[in-house]
Amino acid sequence: MTDILMPALSPTMEEGTLAKWHVKVGDTVASGDVIAEIETDKATMEVEAVDEGVIEELLVEAGAEGVKVNAPIARLSGGTTPAKSAPAADEPKAAKAEASGDPEKTSPAEAKAEQPDGDGPAAVRPKEALADPDIPEGAKLVKTTVRDALRDAMAEEMRRDDTVFLMGEEVAQYQGAYKVSRGLLEEFGERRVIDTPITEHGFAGLGVGAAMAGLKPIVEFMTWNFAMQAIDHIINSAAKTHYMSGGQITTPMVFRGPNGAASRVAAQHSQDYAAWYAHVPGLKVIAPYDAADAKGLLKAAIRDPNPVVFLEHEMLYGQEFDVPEGDDYVLPIGLAKVRRTGADVTITAYSRMVGLALKAAEELAGEGIEAEVVDLRTIRPLDHDTIVDSVKKTHRLVTVEEGWGPMGVGAEVIARVIEHAFDYLDAPPARVCQEDVPLPYAANLEAASLPSVEKIVKAAKAVCYRS
Amino acid sequence: MARAKQAAKTGGSPAETVESLSKDQLLGFYRDMLLIRRFEERAGQLYGMGLIGGFCHLYIGQEAIAVGVQSIQEKGDQVITAYRDHGHMLACGMDPQEVMAELTGRAGGSSKGKGGSMHMFSREANFYGGHGIVGAPAPLGTGLALANRYRDNGKVAFTYFGDGAANQGQVYESFNMAALWKLPVVYLIENNQYAMGTSLERSSSETHMYKRGASFRIPGEEVDGMDVLAVRDAAKRAAAHARSGEGPFILEMKTYRYRGHSMSDPAKYRTREEVDEVRKTRDPIEHLREQLERDGVADEATLKGIDAEVKRIVADAAEFARTSPEPDLSELYTEVYVEAAQ
Ligand SMILES: Cc1ncc(C[n+]2csc(CCOP(=O)(O)OP(=O)(O)O)c2C)c(N)n1
Ligand SMILES: [Mg+2]
Repeated sequence: MTDILMPALSPTMEEGTLAKWHVKVGDTVASGDVIAEIETDKATMEVEAVDEGVIEELLVEAGAEGVKVNAPIARLSGGTTPAKSAPAADEPKAAKAEASGDPEKTSPAEAKAEQPDGDGPAAVRPKEALADPDIPEGAKLVKTTVRDALRDAMAEEMRRDDTVFLMGEEVAQYQGAYKVSRGLLEEFGERRVIDTPITEHGFAGLGVGAAMAGLKPIVEFMTWNFAMQAIDHIINSAAKTHYMSGGQITTPMVFRGPNGAASRVAAQHSQDYAAWYAHVPGLKVIAPYDAADAKGLLKAAIRDPNPVVFLEHEMLYGQEFDVPEGDDYVLPIGLAKVRRTGADVTITAYSRMVGLALKAAEELAGEGIEAEVVDLRTIRPLDHDTIVDSVKKTHRLVTVEEGWGPMGVGAEVIARVIEHAFDYLDAPPARVCQEDVPLPYAANLEAASLPSVEKIVKAAKAVCYRS
Repeated sequence: MARAKQAAKTGGSPAETVESLSKDQLLGFYRDMLLIRRFEERAGQLYGMGLIGGFCHLYIGQEAIAVGVQSIQEKGDQVITAYRDHGHMLACGMDPQEVMAELTGRAGGSSKGKGGSMHMFSREANFYGGHGIVGAPAPLGTGLALANRYRDNGKVAFTYFGDGAANQGQVYESFNMAALWKLPVVYLIENNQYAMGTSLERSSSETHMYKRGASFRIPGEEVDGMDVLAVRDAAKRAAAHARSGEGPFILEMKTYRYRGHSMSDPAKYRTREEVDEVRKTRDPIEHLREQLERDGVADEATLKGIDAEVKRIVADAAEFARTSPEPDLSELYTEVYVEAAQ
């Protein structure tokens, strides 16, 4: 007798709905027969029998939701010996909904004049202070996944401006490899939602050309790993043309897609490109954490007259957050957000690492250390005023990033703090980042390689001289 | 200088017949294809159990290609492909236990668990990966051929990529250099008619992949990739061409993948009927099995014996892959750099 188990249909799936049975008790099945249909938030899939035998019992009713991966769903008689149960494989779990501590943004401290500005990059914040738009009194907050927030941002901007269009692999008919462009083909048609062949260097270049001619392309990379094929056009064509043409030619466009490590997809598919692109003048680089920021910043990116690199995270796509209702929620590019206030240590993070930093802050609070979590949101231009203001208050700094440390985002944050708040530091800053190796596949090595709540807590305690 | 041949649509009439091959050879093809099929089915099962993570691209349906081409390779010839690589590794003679243990990310895997499904290699079997980036094998394989020419060693680089990959620019940059310098490379385009959810017709202005080398004067042929003998026959001619110094050759292997692109593909872009039709009428393993029985090469008992042997090998591989320990944590930091010899 063999148990048929609920299969995992994707690296991040933990549970699903058993939508339909195609077999009943007493049916004989052979390897390859479709026995059931399963639904996840991404897709509906058919389940094929692997062994042959007779269905003895259906253990889960059709329509059952939340069936855990690996739970027995049916029992098969005859055939091969039952599969031995797996040893704990230490699968890193897809990030559970990470708490979105959303305290009021602290007002930047007034005292800032005494520190002489170093020779490093000047504050890039424009003259008028940037601020998130106020959410109108009584405005409805709608629980929205990051995935849908990104889709809504594109749809709203495409409704508003006919020059905006989306181009990339599997964005139209397949509805997006990660279902971010779901429904856009239906609403906007083939003229504006364009499936490309697998030819990143080619279509990124086409996008830049179309932008030069006045359109506003959104170029989706299935993941940012594949944009390495296209990096020449992102940097040499998109980022530099305005400057090289003495201001005559602009390339208003967005390059977007999932960035960073998903789950167990190994070295060639798990890289954080924030530092790579943030190195380049002419580009703006955004890496949002929650759904409201994803929406408000993607809308801003589409409206921005410059090329914008927009870094999403696959592990956040399915997470829900509050998003203000309406189609006019646009956030300023270049403004960090203080997500939790605290007086003892500043933790900077972006994208998925913000969730880890907030959890670490909770743990630290339990031990009497109040951490201030600064969500960078925009990597270039970097809002160093908010970071520097925070460090002047806490006197201690931990930077968190998913990518490698050397020459990274944390290195830049620390350089800015040293340039602008050197005298305020009470301890050398610490970096939490991916270990300095290509990301390994094995579950235990992968977990050891990536930043974790534990590593952040440890680093924060170290800069507070607590053990 | 040999004149470049026109792209020709041949195939369908293999020069070899069941009669001209030895019984052992024929049974070997059957066994090797069956091993890949059963191995991949088991890999799919282990994925469902959470023992394999990340992406996992199965080779089911395409077995005749790796097995047919491998059967005419000479010792020292190289193989390189993309992420749909398990079948190629088994065909190269890599140990099924090591391959399966790499899929589960264990210390006993061929890359010690550090590479995973898409990134496997074997120096011993001259298998150069296992690459996760679509299109990358084309220039890498051409570079292997450059090394062969450089050493004048008479070896051929068998370079595989998909119909979707054939749209990457680097493929044509490679074609040009390979033809210009007469490099000993055979390009095998595994045309399974889909690149993820995009059918050939929706991605390619020229859907005949064997013609893709025409503007570089690279001859090409279309081959029934579901017939191991046809594959073998075409590969033999292409390899002879490359080995004799005439330069690259393109074989478009017409094939089909039965499963989704990877484990998480709902495959809504094609009908169940389309898949079933191919399985019923063109299955490479069934096809050979019928041929062997019909021509009296093997009786049912012999074939059953092979089935049982394959089943055992796969069960052993799965067991090894489940019980092999996770890599030691110290492995995290090793092999980033080669230690320079003192
Ligand atoms: C440069 C790059 N772009 C996109 C991807 C994502 N991707 C992986 S496989 C694939 C489809 C490739 O299809 P094909 O070449 O026909 O090979 P098949 O999967 O059919 O074997 C895509 C788009 C990738 N891995 N690398
Ligand atoms: Mg294909």
